[in-house]
Amino acid sequence: MRGGSGSALPGLLVEKIDPHFMRRTLDQLPFGVVVISGTNGKTTTTKMVVELLEGQGLTVFTNKTGSNFTRGVASALLGEVSLTGKTTADIAILELDEAHAVHFVRAVAPKYSLLLNVMRDQLDRFGEIDTTANLLREIAIHTTDAVVLNREDPRVFRLRDSLTSQRPVFFGLDESLLSLFPNDDSLRGSAPQPPVEGGTAAAGDAPATALARPEADVTLLSIDGDSAVFEFDGKRVGTSLQLEGVYNIYNAAAALALTRTILGDKAQRDQLITSLAKVAPAFGRGEKLSVNGQPLELVLVKNPSGFRLGLHSFSPEGYATMIAINDNYADGRDMSWLWDVEFDSLRPAGVATVTGIRAYDMALRLQYDEVAVGSVVPDLSEALAEFIAKAPNQPKRIFCTYTAMLALRRELGKITTVEAID
Amino acid sequence: MATQHDSPTQIHVVQLYPRDMNIYGDFGNALSVQRQLEWQGYEPVMHTYDPGDTFPKTVDIIVGGGGQDSGQGIVQDDLLGIAPRLHDLADAGVPMLMICGLYQMFGKFFRTIDGTTITGIGVLDVETIGKPERLIGNIVTHSDEFGDIIGYENHSGQTFLGTDAVPLGTVMQGEGNNTTDTTEGARSRNVIGSYLHGSLLPKNPALTTFLINAALHNRGLDPVGAGALSAAGQAAAAFARNAREVAKKRPR
Repeated sequence: MRGGSGSALPGLLVEKIDPHFMRRTLDQLPFGVVVISGTNGKTTTTKMVVELLEGQGLTVFTNKTGSNFTRGVASALLGEVSLTGKTTADIAILELDEAHAVHFVRAVAPKYSLLLNVMRDQLDRFGEIDTTANLLREIAIHTTDAVVLNREDPRVFRLRDSLTSQRPVFFGLDESLLSLFPNDDSLRGSAPQPPVEGGTAAAGDAPATALARPEADVTLLSIDGDSAVFEFDGKRVGTSLQLEGVYNIYNAAAALALTRTILGDKAQRDQLITSLAKVAPAFGRGEKLSVNGQPLELVLVKNPSGFRLGLHSFSPEGYATMIAINDNYADGRDMSWLWDVEFDSLRPAGVATVTGIRAYDMALRLQYDEVAVGSVVPDLSEALAEFIAKAPNQPKRIFCTYTAMLALRRELGKITTVEAID
Repeated sequence: MATQHDSPTQIHVVQLYPRDMNIYGDFGNALSVQRQLEWQGYEPVMHTYDPGDTFPKTVDIIVGGGGQDSGQGIVQDDLLGIAPRLHDLADAGVPMLMICGLYQMFGKFFRTIDGTTITGIGVLDVETIGKPERLIGNIVTHSDEFGDIIGYENHSGQTFLGTDAVPLGTVMQGEGNNTTDTTEGARSRNVIGSYLHGSLLPKNPALTTFLINAALHNRGLDPVGAGALSAAGQAAAAFARNAREVAKKRPR
């Protein structure tokens, strides 16, 4: 069990008292149950899908409390149903952690699923990347209707071969953007490999008979700052977004593809884009707070690819940067991942403050990439105060691991308005 | 950068199979050797060797990492192909550091859990047997030569040492090579195998120094004293000392 919100206890009680509660409740939903999983971007993508569907007039049930495992879903449902076990929701959109999703889909078969990516994430929890891919395969084969897959992630793309009656739907990138999204296999210098038929689990040795990539339902064509151009139904559509970062914007293509899959012909195209433009970042996913009249951004980093993309998405120019690395259970105990991220981009501006339980590991990592470190202050609240005082007239950005982010938000809540997390 | 040489001595560092065997920050070990050489006033020349590449002619230090089982399958044939070369280099005293997957493959064999045998190259006298449980977590071992060795282990293969290998360290906290004895890693001549990620070298600079000094010795050069480290090197050493103290106290 992962700690955090403690929101799973009611669900535990329900499981003990009425083990069929969750399935019975979810079976009532006219549009069924949708599962979103993958290593990176689940929370932001789920938020987008929920808001896109609400924009199309649906009442959506989702597990907002961050309890992305079965018992947490049961707890969230409890708050949703009447005493007679009825719910008014049309559809359930559930963000599930890869490992817990397997248990969930065996209990409740989702009608649709969206599988985002497989990247190194807390390998100490799941073992190996290929194991994680197998967890996602379980979700795919338990899905009854359609599975939305990331065409550009070799391991996710290959899940297509495991589908039987399920319909595969792809979201993808224009060729020109592939280099912005290195996958773990192309970590060191080689260009990302387009998916190939019958390739091995490691990238690189593409067989000569590489198959042309299948058509994507939604393709991200280009990104310019906070605006993007998508293509679907053979038409291009540009929009500005409140979400920043290439990585969130690519997930918008995933959210569009899933929403279109759920609604089919009923989807109102213009309204989809209107809703998408309004989606604000989820907590700790580049959300902007204000401290002493200066913006302060929190960027959650959980794994090498996420950290790389975070560094890639947000230019350090003009910003004061802090990095907060904890190694609590929810963060992952293993510090090896810091060595799979290149920090060269921070060299010009340096890092003002390094903090967290593993502050010295992070400082050491920066030293090896010749990035200047202003100070190392392991205590988070002390470091935050110093960081804010040191750069009074600059916008600030904090890259932080999960438990460091929760602690920093609590501290920031004392000095500015921070959206509460249940 | 000030150096003690008129033109810096070039030291050739080869990363073995970084494409398929580089999963737990193993690049950090190559970077450690590279930077430490720079900070001591040498000129590192970095090479990567992937399956099918031409093996570099001049080799002073070799580092290799871990991978998934799929990665091990991919490099196996190629590794057997370059085995004679690696044996010659090991016999000549070339320092090597092999972590996790390549540590296993530098041994005699790795019998996976489903009964498949991956033949190793036998540079280290060790054998590895796949087991159902994964040995995962922070680990501290001790070596008389290198002091405390600190890192993180994550493996399901359990390795057993033969008579021609000595352990790199004795486990103080964690599991190490296997669940039955207290050994971690293996050494033979200047070849070191270990399960420790972390990455291993940045937080254990004594091991980096060992690899570099062995390479210098092979070239007939005297090792540089710690006093000759550049300011950047000294800053790294200070961060490493603190990072080690924190890591020793963290839960498994």
